[in-house]
Amino acid sequence: MARLGKQYSDGDVIFREGDTGTCMFVIQKGEVEVFVESDGHELILRKIGANDFFGEMALFEHETRTASARAVGPTHVLTIDKKNFLAGVHEDPSLAFRIVKTMSHRIRNLTDRLAKYEEDI
Amino acid sequence: MTMVEDLGRLSKRSGPQSSSLQDGSRIAVVGAGPAGSLFSYFLLNMAEAVSLDIGVDLFEPRHFCHRGPAGCNHCGGIVSESLVQRLATEGIMLPDGVVQRGIESYTLHMDVGDVEIETPLAEKRIAAIYRGNGPRNSEPLDTHSFDGYLLELAQEKGANLVPRLVTGVRREDNRMRVTCADQYCNDYDLAVIATGVNSRLVESLEDESREFRRPGRTKTFICEFLLGRDVIRDTFGPSMHVFFLDIPRLKFAALIPKGDYVTLCLLGKDIDDELMQQFFSSPEVMNCFPKGTVPSHVCHCYPRINIDAANPAYSDRLVMIGDSGTTRLFKDGIGASYRTAKAAARTVVFHGTGAEDFEKYYAPTCRAISKDNQVGKVVFGFGSLIQKSRFARRGVLRMTANEQKNANGSRRMSEVLWDLFSGSASYTDVFLRTLHPAYIGSLLWNLVAGNSPSASSRNGHGRGQECDRVEH
Ligand SMILES: Cc1cc2nc3c(=O)[nH]c(=O)nc-3n(C[C@H](O)[C@H](O)[C@H](O)COP(=O)(O)OP(=O)(O)OC[C@H]3O[C@@H](n4cnc5c(N)ncnc54)[C@H](O)[C@@H]3O)c2cc1C
Repeated sequence: MARLGKQYSDGDVIFREGDTGTCMFVIQKGEVEVFVESDGHELILRKIGANDFFGEMALFEHETRTASARAVGPTHVLTIDKKNFLAGVHEDPSLAFRIVKTMSHRIRNLTDRLAKYEEDI
Repeated sequence: MTMVEDLGRLSKRSGPQSSSLQDGSRIAVVGAGPAGSLFSYFLLNMAEAVSLDIGVDLFEPRHFCHRGPAGCNHCGGIVSESLVQRLATEGIMLPDGVVQRGIESYTLHMDVGDVEIETPLAEKRIAAIYRGNGPRNSEPLDTHSFDGYLLELAQEKGANLVPRLVTGVRREDNRMRVTCADQYCNDYDLAVIATGVNSRLVESLEDESREFRRPGRTKTFICEFLLGRDVIRDTFGPSMHVFFLDIPRLKFAALIPKGDYVTLCLLGKDIDDELMQQFFSSPEVMNCFPKGTVPSHVCHCYPRINIDAANPAYSDRLVMIGDSGTTRLFKDGIGASYRTAKAAARTVVFHGTGAEDFEKYYAPTCRAISKDNQVGKVVFGFGSLIQKSRFARRGVLRMTANEQKNANGSRRMSEVLWDLFSGSASYTDVFLRTLHPAYIGSLLWNLVAGNSPSASSRNGHGRGQECDRVEH
């Protein structure tokens, strides 16, 4: 039996903050940590598992990656090309529905965290 | 009025009506191949999103857990790179048990030499799968049928599997009456034909009418060789082997490694014994197998393939999807089933089940596929020219091999061949890339260099000793 995607070992960096991105990723197996670095400190933004995606902002913007991602344990990750994705959305806009839904959850999460942070200070 | 009369009425453009699904509407989907199961899955998914409570009966007499022809929908079993990505974006991941092998490269075999074309991202994004549960008499392993997996997804969403063979679909009082071989009969608000092109149902529908044209089809050949995992790893590796041979009527030939077996797929015009004989006796094919001998196969079939779309492919409360409607020419048929299935599901949930709804929202997807197939015919025409000309084959081989050696350079020919073999890009996209001046310039240069006397003297020792041959 076989698995699709690219294999990463524990700690392997999949992309780094500042890289130019032209694709997003879907986790086939394992876990991925999305994190940012500031003043030598690491802040874990989220940990995601099988069937979750990350790096999706690169599909919509020309900017560089805003965070880094690395494998937690042995992980298989499938790359989704920007060109393939946009061609799909052009024919069938509902292809983006799941991404929009997840991005909306993430914005809600970040808003909650920000509100909590402001309360704390 | 019968369904075929209705199809005829549509082609005469006599006032089709619009109707939409309501809570409690019932839909019959005939056939649970990729088109039928994906249609049911997306339909129920979208209906849930808009809080529409509908019932789906999915008719399928085949048991995908069976090995051999009884459980199989007869195909090469390649899930294209673009489909793997789209399914993943939809949240549909192919489980490990379904993926028999991840394809990492294509090896192109020609009389002038071989070249291995590696995946652009060094990543496995093409899946080799079984439509059923493996070849006839194969050992029961922890494999899982691709079609069975998609059917499970549809069932998890709420589709009701009806394990019956449908023998008739006709219009009765503005509803669609579905009858089965065992006299089972029920009325539905919408009938979806997803029987593929190997079914008697579409044939009998055409026989009754002079208006409805079923999809054009031609005979193909598939067989399975039992070689064992170790031998496959050492001889074929994770590479799909594609043959560019000067055999009349042969459009595409490939050996696809899967688990303990290798699947052979021959596509072209009316594949017959004579063509197969020519193929099996060519040195390029024999040399792929251990000791240069083609072993006898353990399972084979002659399925038909869709080479021209059904016309019309919809009417009031009726739509044809997947192979029974429109598909891509010789490539990525499962991907086309996904596209037509989803387009039809979107149409009936968000717009309606009338002919005018299908005309406005479903037909554009079918037309886009058919239009691209026209370009595909031109692309295959060029392919045939290369197949016939040793001069051209030398140029193609040299250009591809040089690109593969040079990791950082541009890979125009490699990408064209990759997308053509894998079905990952549209024919139009592939064709436009071959018009790029840099591609044409490089090809001309390689044609000259590959056929120059010095290259010929280096190349003149027969197959396997080409200067451009990439060992694998
Ligand atoms: C030789 C060959 C190789 C191919 N290789 C590939 C490949 O590698 N990759 C790829 O993407 N495509 C490939 N294709 C194309 C691919 O097989 C089809 O495009 C795809 O199977 C179409 O799916 P479908 O659901 O429309 O029809 P089908 O897969 O044919 O499914 C139809 C289903 O309907 C059921 N059915 C039929 N009649 C009735 C009835 N009367 N009542 C109830 N149920 C019924 C059948 O049992 C079946 O399950 C290949 C085709 C051929 C012929």
